[in-house]
Amino acid sequence: MSLSSIDPVIWFFLFGLFAGVMKSELRLPSQIYELVSMLLLLTIGLKGGIELARQPFGVLLPQIAVIVAMGFLLPFIIFPVLRYVGKFNRPDSASIAAHYGSVSVGTFAVAVAYMNTRNIVFEEHMALFVVLLEIPAILIGIILSKGMSKDTQWSKVMNEVMLGRGVMLLVGGLLIGWVSGPTGVESISPLFFDLFKGILALFLLEMGLITATQLSSLKKYGLFLFAFGILTPIVFSIIGIIVGTSLNLSTGGTAILATLFASASYIAVPAAMRISVPEANPTLSLSASLGITFPFNIIIGIPIYYAFSQYAHNLL
Amino acid sequence: MKNENAKLITIYTESVLESRLIDDIEEHGAMGYTISNAKGKGSSGSRAGSWEANSNIRVEIICDANFARHFTQHLQKTYYDNYGMVTFTSDIEVLRPQKFCAQ
Repeated sequence: MSLSSIDPVIWFFLFGLFAGVMKSELRLPSQIYELVSMLLLLTIGLKGGIELARQPFGVLLPQIAVIVAMGFLLPFIIFPVLRYVGKFNRPDSASIAAHYGSVSVGTFAVAVAYMNTRNIVFEEHMALFVVLLEIPAILIGIILSKGMSKDTQWSKVMNEVMLGRGVMLLVGGLLIGWVSGPTGVESISPLFFDLFKGILALFLLEMGLITATQLSSLKKYGLFLFAFGILTPIVFSIIGIIVGTSLNLSTGGTAILATLFASASYIAVPAAMRISVPEANPTLSLSASLGITFPFNIIIGIPIYYAFSQYAHNLL
Repeated sequence: MKNENAKLITIYTESVLESRLIDDIEEHGAMGYTISNAKGKGSSGSRAGSWEANSNIRVEIICDANFARHFTQHLQKTYYDNYGMVTFTSDIEVLRPQKFCAQ
């Protein structure tokens, strides 16, 4: 692999990481970061929505059902590992399980960019899966931490999750893309689609800076968390490959689904867990999802998952 | 016009609590509040304010002594165990005290 084969957006991430580790003054103004992440979420939603407009929704229902079921299932797979191998207390195990059961939009965006650069086709409606996978893990995380306890205010939790910025923007983009269709969206495509890679580069620059702040806390939690942060995405990606091929997704689509399964949330879930499972230590889950899994996925993971997907599709 | 005594509650805490605190403040019957973004460092670590999970807010409430006592007790009971939160109350003078305190 030559250096120029690495996507420039990844260099932006590494640049941010380097600047952060060196304690540079560099940072994206927080309003700009908010705008950039907003544009990313809307773009991803719009792309998915346009694709939804192209096909009858009923065809997707089986896929949707499987994806939602996986969203509920994934946290259960890792919870016992965290609890009994990692020896974390119950709230911490539940919170980390929720982070890894949910998805990272940033990782998804990098996977989309990876496929686009290589002209690999994938099902653009995968953006819908991002929304579907974001939420179930949060509910499971809360249940794992305190059971179906009466003092969980479920309506409040759902309110926070559904009305949170990430879900709102994704769903909003999906709906606008859906009702406008491919030709309708053309007038706004310069901002959302043509600038996608540039926006992603800025976003990853800030992500690099943020990741650098997690590295110091990582040292405290040691080897288990490090191994967990790398092995979980690999195992989950394999589950994603199996699910993707059984759903007859394309090679690119399967790789993206694997990436979604492999990714861990660092925006929606931390906020939801902080509110609903306040006993859990937020530094623990964030240093794993952001300090280890996010960089692993975008730098090494995505090419591996694509290779897995090619291998699986060749077997069939 | 004459200045009257009032209390100012200042709270520094995690941004995730914003909507909860607003609910609390309104349930306790305050007439208003001000919330601004904040960053800093304390016993819960450094909060650079660079992104969602790492940002703080400062909440200010002008109120009477009674409200201040009840509300700070409520904060201590509800949030102090699990959240990074600093609260203090100061004596201030305001014009139009009826604007801030339900009499």
